[in-house]
Amino acid sequence: MDFNLTEEQQMLQDTVARLVRGEYSFEKRLEYSKTDLGYSAEFWQQLSELGLTAVPFAEELGGFDGTGVELQSVMTELGRGLCLEPYLQSVILGGGLISQAGNSSQQEKWLPGVASGELKVAVGLQEPQSFYNLSDVQTRAEKSGDGYTLNGRKAVVIGGHCADLLIVSARTSGDDRDTSGLSLFAIDPATAGIERRTYPTNDGFKGCDITLENVKVPADTLLGEEGQAGEVIEYQAGRAVAALCAEAIGVMEEAIAMTLDYLKARKQFGVPIGQFQVLQHRMVDMASDLEQVRSMAILAASVADSEQSDERRRILAAAKNVTGRAGQFIAESGIQMHGGIGMTWEYSFAHYAKRLIMINHQLGDDDHHLEQFASMLQAG
Amino acid sequence: MNLNYTPEELAFRDEVRAFLDQKLPADIAAKVKGFRHLSKEDHLRWQGILNTQGWYATHWPKEYGGVEWSPVQKHIWDEESCRYGVPRSIPFGVNMVAPVIIKFGNEEQKQHYLPRILTGEDWWCQGYSEPGAGSDLASVNTRAVREGDHYIVNGQKTWTTLGQHANMIFCLVRTNTEVKKQEGISFLLIDMDAPGITVRPIITLDGEHEVNEVFFENVKVPVENLVGEQDKGWTYAKYLLTYERTGLAGIGLSKAALAHLKRLASRRLKNGKPLLEDPTFSQRIAKVDIDLMAASISNLRIIAAVEGGGMPGAESSMLKVRGTEIRQSINDLARRAIGPYALPFVEEELDLDYDGEFLSDPDAAPMTPQYFNNRKLSIFGGSNEIQKNIVSKMILGL
Repeated sequence: MDFNLTEEQQMLQDTVARLVRGEYSFEKRLEYSKTDLGYSAEFWQQLSELGLTAVPFAEELGGFDGTGVELQSVMTELGRGLCLEPYLQSVILGGGLISQAGNSSQQEKWLPGVASGELKVAVGLQEPQSFYNLSDVQTRAEKSGDGYTLNGRKAVVIGGHCADLLIVSARTSGDDRDTSGLSLFAIDPATAGIERRTYPTNDGFKGCDITLENVKVPADTLLGEEGQAGEVIEYQAGRAVAALCAEAIGVMEEAIAMTLDYLKARKQFGVPIGQFQVLQHRMVDMASDLEQVRSMAILAASVADSEQSDERRRILAAAKNVTGRAGQFIAESGIQMHGGIGMTWEYSFAHYAKRLIMINHQLGDDDHHLEQFASMLQAG
Repeated sequence: MNLNYTPEELAFRDEVRAFLDQKLPADIAAKVKGFRHLSKEDHLRWQGILNTQGWYATHWPKEYGGVEWSPVQKHIWDEESCRYGVPRSIPFGVNMVAPVIIKFGNEEQKQHYLPRILTGEDWWCQGYSEPGAGSDLASVNTRAVREGDHYIVNGQKTWTTLGQHANMIFCLVRTNTEVKKQEGISFLLIDMDAPGITVRPIITLDGEHEVNEVFFENVKVPVENLVGEQDKGWTYAKYLLTYERTGLAGIGLSKAALAHLKRLASRRLKNGKPLLEDPTFSQRIAKVDIDLMAASISNLRIIAAVEGGGMPGAESSMLKVRGTEIRQSINDLARRAIGPYALPFVEEELDLDYDGEFLSDPDAAPMTPQYFNNRKLSIFGGSNEIQKNIVSKMILGL
C-alpha cells in the first residue's frame, strides 16, 4: 500500500500548481469569465505547451498514457485556481469518447488535435428531460442517404459555445430510456440546423443548449457502432466523475484554507472568532469531510481507467456522492462562517462555494449517485 | 500510488485466515456475530488459543512475548478477525497497562506482570474516570498518601469496564495537591482483592452489567506497585491514551455490522419486498455504506503513513469521530430493520443457547439493546466533542 504520488506524478502536479499560481489570479479569472470565449486562450496554450492537454493520451501524441491518478493531479490544481478552460470537457471526456469508441481513422483525425489542445471538444449527453440519466435520450438520429439526420435538443453543454467539435448522443433505436440503441456522433458545430443558445453558468463557466433540427451528417461522424454507445457513455462519464471529484479537492482545500485564515484573523467581542468552540467544531467537520473526499477521490482515480465492473460503478457513485455532500457542507459552512463578506462577489470565497455547489450538478448529484449505489446493494 | 497489498502481506492474510478457519471456536464466533455478550470463560478460552499461537500481544516487542506486527499486518488482523467474528481482546491488560509497564515500569514489574497478562492469570481493569470528571481526565481526586512502604488510597473510580471480572486495576491517583492538577498524579497498580475495595455494578440503559463503580477505603498498596516516578503519572496516562485511540474508529467492526445489517434487511419484508430493496431503506444503507468506504480508505491512509514511519496524530481523532458515527448509524438501521419488534425486550433470546421459539427474526432481540449500548462509542475514549477540540488545536491551529 502506498498513497504517495510517484516522483513523476508529483512533478506533474507541481507543474500545474505553479502554472495556476502564476497565471490564474482571482482577478484575472473574473476577467476571463467575462469574455466571449469564457476562459483564457493564453492559459490553454500554456497547458498545451507543457504537454498537459496530452496527459491521458499515448506517447505518439505527446502524452504519457496518464490514467486516473495523473488526471487527478491535474484536475486538483485546476480546481484550486477555479480554472475555466475546457480540460474536463475536451481532454478527458471528449478525448476519452474518441479514444474508446472511435475507429482508427477517426482517432487519427481528431486525437492529435485534442491532445495538442488545438481541437476543443464539447460533449452533449444530457437533454432537457433527462435529469441525470444519460440513457434518457430523445434526440433521434435516422439513417438518410449515406448519413444520418439528427433531431432533438442537448442540454447544458459546458464549453459547447466555442467547441470545434461536438460529440452528442442520439437514439438510433429503442425507447426513450433504453440503455441500448444509443449512438454517438462527432459533428462540426457549423453544420446546418444546429442552433446554440449560449449562457454563462452560475459558477463563471460558459455553456449552451443545442437544438438539432434536421441536421444532416455524413456516416463517418458516427463514433463507434450504431446503437452500442450506452456502455461507452457510462464508462467515460465515470472517468469524468473521478475527474470532478479530483477537481473538488482543489476547490475544497482553498475554501477551507480561506475559512481557516478568516477564523484566525477576524475578531468579534475582542477575540478571534476561531476561539469559539461552535465554529471550531464546524471547521473540524469541514476538514473531516475533505479527508473523506480525498479518500474517495483516490479510490475513484484508481478505478477510473480500469475495466468496467460493478465494483467500479459502486466506487464512482460513492465518490461522487461523498463529494457532492461534502461540497455543499463546505460551501454553506464557509459562507456562514465568513458572514457578510462571504456573500460578496468581489471576495473569492463565494466563487469557490459556487463551484462546489455546481460540481454537484455535473454528471449526477449526491441523490442520483446514492440511488445508483443503493440499486447495487447486495446482502453478500 | 498503489492501493494493493504486497505479496508478503497477502501471504500473511492467508496465514491469518488459515489460523482462524482452524482455531476459532464456532460457538464463540456465533456469539460475536450474533451480537451476544461473551462470558469471562469465553474470553479466556480464546485468549489461550491466541497466546498459544503467539498472537495475543500485537503491540508488544518480541522480547516480552509480543508479535511485532507491522501497522499493515495489524490492520489485516483487525479486518479478518472482525469478519470471522473473533472476540475483541479486552484491551486493559494487553493494550493499555502493558505498554506503560514496558515503557516506564521497572524490571521486576515487567517480569512479574507481563507473563501474567499473556496467560490471562491477571485480568486488568482501568481506574481512570472518576465521578464528575467526565472528559476532564486530569481532575483526579482519588488520594494516595505515602505511609512507610505503602500508599493509602481513598476515593472512587467509575465506568470501570468489566471490573467485576478483574483482579487487578491500574489507577491514576493524586499524590500531590499543591501543584497544577496534571502534575500531582501517580500511576498505581492495585490488587482488587486488597481489603477496602468494593465493586458495585452500574447497569446501563440496555440492562447490561458491563461497567462498575470501584470504591477505595484506606486501601494499602505497596510502594513497589508505583509505575515510574511519583507525580509523573499524567505523562504515562497520556502515553496510554495514544494506544487507546488507535482502533477506536472500529472500521473492521463497522464492516462486520454492515454485512450483518444487509443480511437482516434482505430477510425483513416491507410491502412484501425485502427491506434491502425498499427505496428509502436501501438509500439509508447506501449512505452509511458509502461513508464507511471512505472512512476505511482514510484509515488505510493513516496506516500507510504509520508504516512509512510517521506517527498517528490528530488524524486518528478525526477518524474516531467519523468511525463511531458510522457504527452508530449502522446500529440505528439494524434497530429500524426489525420494525415493531424493536420493542420487545426478550432477555432469553439474548442468550445464544436459547433453543425455544423466536418471537421474530433470531437476530432481532439484540438489536435495540445494542443500539442503546453503542451510544457509548461517541462518549468513551475521549468524547467526540473532545476529539474535535484536539483536531481544532492540533491540525487547524485554532
